[in-house]
Amino acid sequence: MLELALKGSKKYFGWIIALLVLVGIGFGFYLHQLDYGLGITGMSRDVSWGFYIAQFTFLVGVAAGGVMVVTPYYLHDYKAFGRVTILGEFLAIAAITMCLLFIMADLGQPMRMFNVLLYPTPTSVLFWDMIVLNGYLFLNIVIGWNVLEAERNNVHYPMWLKPLIYLSIPWAVGIHTVTAFLYCGLPGRGFWLTAILAPRFLASAFAAGPSLLILLCLFIRKFTKFDPGKEQIQSLAKIVAYAICLNVFFFLCEVFVVFYSQIPEHMLHLKYLFMGLHGKASLVPWMWTSMILMVLGIILLVNPATRKNENILALACVTVFVGTWIDKGLGMISGGFVPSPMEHVTEYAPTPPELMITFGVYAAGFLVLTLLYKMAISVKEEVRS
Amino acid sequence: MESSRRHFLTIAGLAALGLGAKPVLNALASGSAGEFTGGVDAFKLKPNDKALKAKQWAMVIDTRKIKQASDLEPMIAACNKIHNIPTFEDKRHEIKWIWEDEYHNVFPTAENKFLNDRVEHIPFLVLCNHCENPPCVRACPTKATFKREVDGIVMMDFHRCIGCRFCMAACPYGSRSFNFTDPRPFIKEVNKEFPTRMKGVVEKCDFCAERIDVGQLPACVEASNGILTFGDLYDPKSNVRELLKSNFTIRRKQSLGTEPCVYYIV
Repeated sequence: MLELALKGSKKYFGWIIALLVLVGIGFGFYLHQLDYGLGITGMSRDVSWGFYIAQFTFLVGVAAGGVMVVTPYYLHDYKAFGRVTILGEFLAIAAITMCLLFIMADLGQPMRMFNVLLYPTPTSVLFWDMIVLNGYLFLNIVIGWNVLEAERNNVHYPMWLKPLIYLSIPWAVGIHTVTAFLYCGLPGRGFWLTAILAPRFLASAFAAGPSLLILLCLFIRKFTKFDPGKEQIQSLAKIVAYAICLNVFFFLCEVFVVFYSQIPEHMLHLKYLFMGLHGKASLVPWMWTSMILMVLGIILLVNPATRKNENILALACVTVFVGTWIDKGLGMISGGFVPSPMEHVTEYAPTPPELMITFGVYAAGFLVLTLLYKMAISVKEEVRS
Repeated sequence: MESSRRHFLTIAGLAALGLGAKPVLNALASGSAGEFTGGVDAFKLKPNDKALKAKQWAMVIDTRKIKQASDLEPMIAACNKIHNIPTFEDKRHEIKWIWEDEYHNVFPTAENKFLNDRVEHIPFLVLCNHCENPPCVRACPTKATFKREVDGIVMMDFHRCIGCRFCMAACPYGSRSFNFTDPRPFIKEVNKEFPTRMKGVVEKCDFCAERIDVGQLPACVEASNGILTFGDLYDPKSNVRELLKSNFTIRRKQSLGTEPCVYYIV
């Protein structure tokens, strides 16, 4: 099927080349980082994880979000989603690819990466995260590929695939739960030390993943001969609506516990993010923007009149996606490190080389996504004609 | 052609098998210590006869003897010198094994609004607490940071560390530093007795394990003029236990259950 990704219009190849150029630039900066060390980033002794780990965390969510099209189709026999499950699975593959690249970009000694396998340490959540992420990548490649090939050949997918499909559903929940456990099990970090973190991560994932999927569906309908379907898009929109409501609700639960209990170790981080601490407040405008966007998303998605209008729906999906991205890709990680365990306020901002490496990884992810979607859509067009 | 390819595949397969079996072999070898003379244990170094021994090393810092920053300087300087600690201009990249800070930063969870004048103004010494229940060791995905079984020192294997910095997030005391770039050009005078580090690995205080193993006290304790006392927490007759018995002491964030082994007499 790979040959399908190698045929396309001039625009298609233009896009591919543009992505390759971005990947190349990012890789160039990465070589510089490899040579100099992580000192080229904005990270510090106090804020020892930054943009890379934040993007990783957000994208694990996008990957897990793919399950929101798989579950209704395979578990609830919601036939309409049969047309778009492959899009969810392929989005997951691209997102996990980015996650793994971000982890690699963040390692101080990447050439020692396989020490994680040579000295397996079950007490470390990072060890389990490696297992669940690679497992999820493997499951989605096997499932996506075989289902698509069966569709192309006009046969039912092989029966041995069924257990793997069922396994992939709890596995999706697993990847984001384990990722949340990276943070919420650490004794000295009050911002993350909350049992609601994993549910919050999942809720934001099930909002961000499907909202990106809706935008991709609208794009595909406009630029290819394959129509993912009006009903499918509307069903996805309802999923996003529920998920974003839950995400904001979980966040407010956290806000209540923190500010009613008034325990400083928990309160200081939220104060830093939303009000600033000791005069340092670089994330304040971002965090309020995130809140406004998520609330706006709720208003536009819950109201049937606005949800059913696909132009407004697209806008709502953008607000949800950007809102959850700021929440997780910007505030969630730095917020946990400021103030430091010794209550010093060291702020963090990514540096230009760090941003270029980040763009490079995103470009690599979109390249994977483009090639996979090109394959999937070509098969769909073939089958329908 | 065919046979050489098959040969290659066999070797590749065996190599992959060996890779997977290594941790198992290690476990087997360590489980059978003393029963047979072969295996990994045969290559273990014999410990130095003069090595100091303890079940769990601990430190007591008598802050009553601290008047000003200059009282702490010899200890910090001694540590920096023997451990090849680099000096970075950029505060973000600082490497710190032992350093000083104010009371309310060292004990943020035990802060009184109105503090004793002396405590308010003296500098406090901070270093790795060598916790009995260390969250950093739990978090490390490669066992590059580990608790030495014989005496409870939380140590670092600089050659195994992959630089993921999970331990830095896990440490509730900010005791760990990361080499954001090659530290070697920033070391004033290299001590050849102790390894320098490379970029991309985490490091921290090791309670001078290398000195203890040849019968010397930690460098900071030696330079402390009686401010620091070092000994076995589980020997009821140790100097540390004597001090703990006769003085009221506090520890950093002890409510977290990490069981820090650095005690402060305030």
